[in-house]
Amino acid sequence: MAITGIEIFKWLPKTNCGECGVPTCLAFAMSLAAGKMELAACPYVSEEAKAKLEEASAPPIRPVSIGVGDRALKVGGETVMFRHEKRFENPPGLAMLISDTMVAAEVDRRLERFKELEYERVGMTLRPELLALKADSGDDAKFVALVTKVEQASDASIILMSEKADILAAGLSACAQRKPLLYAATKENLDQVGHLARQNSCPLAAKAASLEELAQLTDRLTQSGIKDIVIDSGARSLRQAFTDQLVIRRAALLKKFRPLGFPSIVFPAEMTDDPMKEALIAATFVAKYGGIIVMSDFQGESLFPLLVERMNIFTDPQRPLATTEGIYEIGGLSEESPVLLTCNFSLTYFIVSGEVENSKVPGYLLVKDTEGLSVMTAWAAGKFSADVIAPFIKKCGITDRVKHRKLIIPGYIAAESGGLEEELPGWEIMVGPREGAHIPAYLKSWRP
Amino acid sequence: MAFDIPKIDYTGRIKEIKLGSGDEALTVGGQSSYPFHLFEGEMPHPPRIAMEVYDSPPEEWPEAALEPFTGVTDDPVAWAKKCVNDYGAEMVCLQLVSTDPNGLDRGADEAAEVVKKVAEAITVPLIVWGTANHDKDTEVLRRVSELCQGRKLIMGPVEEGDYKKIGASAIGYHHTVIASTPIDINLAKQLNILLGNLGVPDEQIIIDPTVSGIGYGIEYAYSVMERIRMAALAQQDEKLQFPIICNIARETWKTKEVKIATEEDPKLGDARKRGILMEAMSAMVLLLAGADVLIMRHPEAIGLVRQMIGELTTS
Repeated sequence: MAITGIEIFKWLPKTNCGECGVPTCLAFAMSLAAGKMELAACPYVSEEAKAKLEEASAPPIRPVSIGVGDRALKVGGETVMFRHEKRFENPPGLAMLISDTMVAAEVDRRLERFKELEYERVGMTLRPELLALKADSGDDAKFVALVTKVEQASDASIILMSEKADILAAGLSACAQRKPLLYAATKENLDQVGHLARQNSCPLAAKAASLEELAQLTDRLTQSGIKDIVIDSGARSLRQAFTDQLVIRRAALLKKFRPLGFPSIVFPAEMTDDPMKEALIAATFVAKYGGIIVMSDFQGESLFPLLVERMNIFTDPQRPLATTEGIYEIGGLSEESPVLLTCNFSLTYFIVSGEVENSKVPGYLLVKDTEGLSVMTAWAAGKFSADVIAPFIKKCGITDRVKHRKLIIPGYIAAESGGLEEELPGWEIMVGPREGAHIPAYLKSWRP
Repeated sequence: MAFDIPKIDYTGRIKEIKLGSGDEALTVGGQSSYPFHLFEGEMPHPPRIAMEVYDSPPEEWPEAALEPFTGVTDDPVAWAKKCVNDYGAEMVCLQLVSTDPNGLDRGADEAAEVVKKVAEAITVPLIVWGTANHDKDTEVLRRVSELCQGRKLIMGPVEEGDYKKIGASAIGYHHTVIASTPIDINLAKQLNILLGNLGVPDEQIIIDPTVSGIGYGIEYAYSVMERIRMAALAQQDEKLQFPIICNIARETWKTKEVKIATEEDPKLGDARKRGILMEAMSAMVLLLAGADVLIMRHPEAIGLVRQMIGELTTS
């Protein structure tokens, strides 16, 4: 929210009628500023005030939705330059290019890959969202055939790419209900493509040769009633494209410059012929402000790290990722395998499970829900002490899987070993290493 | 529609430090703006990449990481030479894994002799990285410092628990210390203050914020580095105006995602390329957050990151 509670308060009726649900207008203003309530909750606010407040409180970078259903994507809506200042809101969409000049078999392979390439991590499904369909052939019929095929075979959100309004219109006729992103309005075709976007209520990308020209284009589009805009500065050299991303974000956030207050679209696909380098360019734009990132292709070796990077950068710094509580099996287990306990801070889980794997000693890893807190923090907060660990050990089902009754606890909660032996009769509590890196050596010498 | 590029009023500058000695010494730091923000500041020295050499044959490296060093992994001197001669390394980092008390536990004298041989075999700047065991690192790095005087090594990790003795030795023999703290801006600042109070000159300090790779908490390192740079450049925090070094290769190549064979999980793609990209992309993320020196492993990952640095810094 770009406006303070006090500024909002000035525009409210100041009657403290309470009909909005909070007792005073000032409290209401504060809730508005915090994004907790909507202005519509006040029945008495004047039209003039409404217009002013909407203008002033509109997010500095407009959130834009593309597509419908499961793979619908929301980009933009960012409020900070650096993730530590608050958090990044909407991860950039990843798009795979398909051209209408590709042979049918290649299109099929790409659609298949798009469908297959998804990954589970910390209970989240990581996958790309978009297919960018490009009209290279110049032939309406070919483009429509491609769009129709994709529309039927894939649930991807779609980007239609052509600078010719009539070709875009043809493609759009085959997938309008999917609310594709139209790419792109340029200074040559602005009116026709703008018309197309308005008529079909589709988001629209504007492409220019410079940021100045881009601002002019979005200004014209906004005046014609189009709000959902995605912007392409046209730069295709790494340095210029990178700089443009920084400038766009700064102009929107620091200067409240509306004409650039939109999510961007960037094209690693058009910046190099080397797929490895393309992946690094994409990685750059994941961290630095890309809204939609268009790749020439998706391959597991580059898509997987990109998706994980994206998840990492867009994790809320105030809310660490947590792993689901339960028993995690590592390696070829037996009833004699060691049982280790850790917290559910996902980073701890990754490190501990990775080190158990590195040890080549199969083991059961018991992950206790500590609300995403690390071992020491959870312990200090009373969320990782004997009285909460013991019931978890009893009910998690590990007693059915191993014959022995030996539990390895993190070295940092050694103080809980006495309490645990009391709460878990029959169990031997063993104090493991403090550092993950020492787990392999510990496990190699461990005997049931 | 004309508009002015909104610029930041920077009030600080990163200190320049010279690494190594002789003709192939390198300078890093000196920036007056955020990383690669060349439209509003300078980056007089590009970030540099040091190639890793292990002082004992590496265990459990995936094939993709071993293959470029076939035949030299049991000889640190030959390995270091290969890095420089075949792969054009502009710096080398000797990882003293053999000294780990939980591992081979090689003695200080023996380990230091190996460092000396490597230092004599190459002329590029040499980083020497211990095992983060305070007692052992104190013993080993002090011996190394003495044996390699005049070579202007970069030594670490130097932590709050062992900075006094290693720091004193670095002052005496003119080496640079790697001030290492666990992903925390305040601890980083505090250690720099302690090193300053001890008498370590500013131009002999480089910050190690402790880093990890993609999927293993890189976002923590990323944000701590961004905060360090913000404090240094925009908030006049002199005690954070130092270059940053990131020991990233070992963090990426030890993960299970890098070790899974292509046929084991086809959705993860080609194992070799995946390993290279996990390393290179992690390095890229750290560069964007402010890395001045990256410690890397695979020649292709290094080549890719060098290209990126080149394109981001030259117009």
